[in-house]
Amino acid sequence: MPTVGVKRDLLFKALGKTYSDEEFDELCFEFGLELDEITSEKEIISREQGNSKASSASDVILYKIDVPANRYDLLCLEGLARGLQVFKNKLDAPRYRRVSPVSGDRQRLIITKETAAVRPHAVAAVLRNITFTQERYDSFIELQEKLHQNICRKRSLVAIGTHDLDTISGPFTFTAKRPGDISFRPLNQTKEYTATQLMSLYKTDSHLKHYLPIIEDKPVYPIIYDSNGVVLSMPPIINGDHSKISLQTKNVFIECTATDLTKAKIVLDMMVTMFSEYCLQPFTVEEAEVVCPDGRTIIYPELAYRKEKLSAEFINRKVGINESAESIAQLLTRMCLLSQTTGDELEVEIPPTRPDVIHACDIMEDAAVAYGFNNITRTIPRTYTVANQLPLNKLTELLRQDLAAAGFTEALNFALCSQEDIADKLGKRISETGAVHISNPKTADFQVARTTLLPGLLKTIAANRKMPLPLKLFEISDVVLKDQNKDVGARNSRRFSAVYYNKTPGFEVIHGLLDRTMQLLEVKAVRGGGYHIQAADDSTFFPGRCAEIFVCGKSVGRLGVLHPDVISHFELTMPCSALEMDIEPFLGHTAETFLTHDVPMQEAVQHQFVKCVASQQTLLSHPLSTKTLFGDMSTQVGLKALDDFLADRSYIEGFEASQADTAVFDAIPSPPPQTFCHLRRWYNHIKSFQLERTRLPSAKAQFVLPEAPPTSKNDTSEDEIDLFGSDDDEESVEAARVREQRLLEYAAKKSKKSPLIAKSSILLDVKPWDDETDMAKLEECVRSIGMDGLLWGQSKLVPVGYGIRKLQIGCVVEDDKVGTDLLEEAITAFEEYVQSVDVAAFNKV
Amino acid sequence: MADTGVAEALLRQIEKVDGGADSLELANSLGVDHQVVVGAVKSLQALGDVISAELRSSKHWELTEEGTEIAEQGSHEARVFGSIPPEGLPQAELMVESIQDQVRETLLLVQRGRSTQLEEKEKNELKKRKLLSEVTVKSYWITKDSSFSTTVSKQETELTPEMIATGSWKEKKFKPYNFEAMGVAPDCGHLHPLMKVRTQFRQIFLEMGFTEMPTNNFIESSFWNFDSLFQPQQHPARDQHDTFFLSEPELAHQFPWDYLERVKRVHSQGGYGSQGYKYDWKLEEAQKNILRTHTTAVSARMLYKLAQQETFSPVKYFSIDRVFRNETLDATHLAEFHQIEGVVADYGMTLGDLMGVLHQFFTKLGITKLRFKPAYNPYTEPSMEVFSYHEGLKRWVEVGNSGVFRPEMLLPMGLPEDVSVIAWGLSLERPTMIKYGINNIRELVGHKVNLQMVYDSPLCRLDS
Repeated sequence: MPTVGVKRDLLFKALGKTYSDEEFDELCFEFGLELDEITSEKEIISREQGNSKASSASDVILYKIDVPANRYDLLCLEGLARGLQVFKNKLDAPRYRRVSPVSGDRQRLIITKETAAVRPHAVAAVLRNITFTQERYDSFIELQEKLHQNICRKRSLVAIGTHDLDTISGPFTFTAKRPGDISFRPLNQTKEYTATQLMSLYKTDSHLKHYLPIIEDKPVYPIIYDSNGVVLSMPPIINGDHSKISLQTKNVFIECTATDLTKAKIVLDMMVTMFSEYCLQPFTVEEAEVVCPDGRTIIYPELAYRKEKLSAEFINRKVGINESAESIAQLLTRMCLLSQTTGDELEVEIPPTRPDVIHACDIMEDAAVAYGFNNITRTIPRTYTVANQLPLNKLTELLRQDLAAAGFTEALNFALCSQEDIADKLGKRISETGAVHISNPKTADFQVARTTLLPGLLKTIAANRKMPLPLKLFEISDVVLKDQNKDVGARNSRRFSAVYYNKTPGFEVIHGLLDRTMQLLEVKAVRGGGYHIQAADDSTFFPGRCAEIFVCGKSVGRLGVLHPDVISHFELTMPCSALEMDIEPFLGHTAETFLTHDVPMQEAVQHQFVKCVASQQTLLSHPLSTKTLFGDMSTQVGLKALDDFLADRSYIEGFEASQADTAVFDAIPSPPPQTFCHLRRWYNHIKSFQLERTRLPSAKAQFVLPEAPPTSKNDTSEDEIDLFGSDDDEESVEAARVREQRLLEYAAKKSKKSPLIAKSSILLDVKPWDDETDMAKLEECVRSIGMDGLLWGQSKLVPVGYGIRKLQIGCVVEDDKVGTDLLEEAITAFEEYVQSVDVAAFNKV
Repeated sequence: MADTGVAEALLRQIEKVDGGADSLELANSLGVDHQVVVGAVKSLQALGDVISAELRSSKHWELTEEGTEIAEQGSHEARVFGSIPPEGLPQAELMVESIQDQVRETLLLVQRGRSTQLEEKEKNELKKRKLLSEVTVKSYWITKDSSFSTTVSKQETELTPEMIATGSWKEKKFKPYNFEAMGVAPDCGHLHPLMKVRTQFRQIFLEMGFTEMPTNNFIESSFWNFDSLFQPQQHPARDQHDTFFLSEPELAHQFPWDYLERVKRVHSQGGYGSQGYKYDWKLEEAQKNILRTHTTAVSARMLYKLAQQETFSPVKYFSIDRVFRNETLDATHLAEFHQIEGVVADYGMTLGDLMGVLHQFFTKLGITKLRFKPAYNPYTEPSMEVFSYHEGLKRWVEVGNSGVFRPEMLLPMGLPEDVSVIAWGLSLERPTMIKYGINNIRELVGHKVNLQMVYDSPLCRLDS
């Protein structure tokens, strides 16, 4: 949030009223400002450099006021005073006008095409017959600085140059030249420098050095000349000394060069609206013309007044008040948004000073501010909802309580740490940790996200060595691991870790804690169906003193006595035993649907893009994804199909519950309504199998298609299922035989059925070699493939990154005639264009 | 009580004297060490009002080891003199004929208990020479008390199973407990104070019917963290200085492309009644992976999922989890902290509703005086800072941020137009530091935690 410093007495003079500090603070609060500090130049200097330096400084009272980051119109005394005066109904918002020069000839700024490589945009305007005083001049310079720091993003988006127009003569040229070819006398210097020399001169300038990287590496630097070859400025670094403004300056030429034209226009509007107040004709700005490289001539400043229509009802409804259109119009007028009413309709005029108003909701907010947030009646919405805990957090909360009861104290460590903490110090290589790496850490403490909780606990002990022994600590928290299957390529994993630090290693204590934890989690100490530990090798632990924890045959973590090297690396002196394990496998299955942060990657519901611009292009959308053989289970149609299917069947397949049932079950997002009685009967029945679901026989056909987007329901992660199920390798020969037989039966049954032609809808991703591949040609090639039983469908180009787009094309094939292999082979044959082909979606029709 | 004999002898002595006796004298007359008498006095005192003893202290002078040697054998000088044979050294003849060993005589006076005859100056002189030392003797002036008797009945310290079995406890006298002393600390573990406060906030949300969001994804794409929230790509928060970017995995690759397309358009061209930001929106920028800077990234995912439902249903969501900022660290700022967030989505919610819900929420925290300041946030409009009146500081302090999500954020997701979503957030660390009176955040969070503080932290009751 930008802070603006204004002299208190000047501000009160401009406001036409003297306030006490409390009164002014209150006014700020109401208007959305914050009186951050009351100070003086003397106080600031004495605080920063000591009393001795401060003695000669001024002790005029300064108000430091925090201004919202989108209110560029409040960044100087002029704007603040104007905004508050209008708010207090003491002043009508001024109307800013763009006028033609008296002479008839506009100042002209010509942009050459060379600028495209470095800073392509520029706008300009003239403040004619302006009168500066010391205060006004200071404020004028200060506003440029504030704009540079905020909307201009430290001059990278926009840079402002202001010049004494009487010292230069137009037309002006904005071009770009090689640094060696630029030479001029920069502001406040006595001799000429080339741009190359300037860059090294300013390397040590505490203020200017921050802007050098913006153009440093460019082949050419932007530069503005007048018609006599005088340098106005080398944006975004420095102005020329020749055209600098002074208290005597009467006519100011303002140019803004930019990489973002929208922001340049806003910045120019701000400069001229704020300071045209001091022109001979207040609030008028002399226009200038900018000639673009393509020959277009554009007149600036824009000073556009935009009209927005909305109803008083909209504002009343959104804010929760009941005001007439007239009184709302008055409220808005106080926020510098001049409003007219016709019946319930409001026509609001948004002035050029308010670029932050981009939607009706911004107008609504201003009405609420003028009404006074604290005058609005506080109401309680009637939203009826049932609370749910996140199962993982619920388990964590319960476990924490009982681990503390077991004598261990909870630690809370940072999720970020150094590479050394998770690798070297634990006797591991960083590459084997699977850690995510931070590209811009300020210190080594933030190089990676932790992959284990252990280092944090050991550091906690190191920092608390003065505490009486033994130290028993635990933490249940998340670590972060790389994971290709996630949209962002990484996932959290909830871990439980504990350490015991004493004169003896106390492996039995940590082992006892594991036993207790398993008891709490209702896992019995048996091999196979319960938990057991077995010797393991791990460089973090003392050889022969480490064991792996297995639950239902699956490893969930390790425990053991730490390696003496590890103990020393963490600056500890006593033996220490530790335990770390995953707790997510113990989540179990809850009856309620629970949330995950995984979002559907393809949309089931079509959304229209509502644009304010009339020319609307319809979006090519992905084919709808049917999630099961019966269609999309989140739609009524899909459910109906399944209900019909189950009318005379107990199960999806055969005469007993199988994985086919659970697969379809999982695809149904919420319990089906009463109207589908067959489905509901089946649903409840299958639900009762939840605990032993993984032991159900496997399915013969694939009922939920792998391409279906993940839904909240089928996100019971595979780990869990595996945990309580049998491993594939362990599948007995008998089971395999039974399955073979069933498959045969199924095939036989299928062949007896009506001769329906099985068709599939396939969505293919065809990726080109690079961003220069002719995608039209590529598509033409793909479509040229003709086969019996193949029908090409819609296609679209989808951005992949780095400007590369892939072709996504749909087709319908007859299963017996065309296989995906065949298709892929045919497409990759066009190797000139095609890099690879993937099946993005495969649905039975 | 091995000293019962001494104690009883002592009691008989006291019986004989009127007014009382000094423990030193008693030790003399009983022929035992003074410390034994003191021990007996202490154990008699513990029996109740048998005797009363008043502590006295007296000072006297004693010879040091060296002093004793001199008193016995003469001063060093005298001994030197004495050791010179009569035929002597010629120098000795020159010096003196005979000596008077004054030091020895003075010391002998002290040894005989007549130190009062010495002058202060003399004493100090000898003290400097480490021949004398001043000793403070503590003794008791013992007198009879209300229940004086010469026999001592042994008192029991604790009730034993045998006493209960035999009923002997009825006859026994029990030593009184010292209720002034502290008990023995129980052997137990402790929960971390910040987590205790988190539990309470969770409880409050659950009481209010809010469902917990899955925030267990620290790594987020810029798309969900910023773009989906209508936070423009040049926003300062997306700067290297404020956000942790990842080098590995650097980019996110999977997005709901249709939605992404709508987000791109609303940023670059506007739409849904908005002017948009009118800049060149880049996919590459949205792909950049970061450590999430707020849990609102998860709220965005949840709202997008909500929009994918066939029909909209109202929701109330909350989360309390870690967020990360690449900020300069100080006593109150760390690179990671916990954000508390509440979100309500329903048809026709008003700004008044937001303030009403916040009022309810903060009342549960024991904060009833609230007021709201207009503020700015890229993804909420209106935006309000929440202030509460702090009775201790006698001023309004900021306690949280709140607002109504912008249509530019909600409509591209596909939420119905008349659905409003209100939200608010605050940090978990700040209320915890206030609650537990901690000034430096490092003492609370991270490995530099003071475990004693963890052991000693009381229950967390936010409303009291």
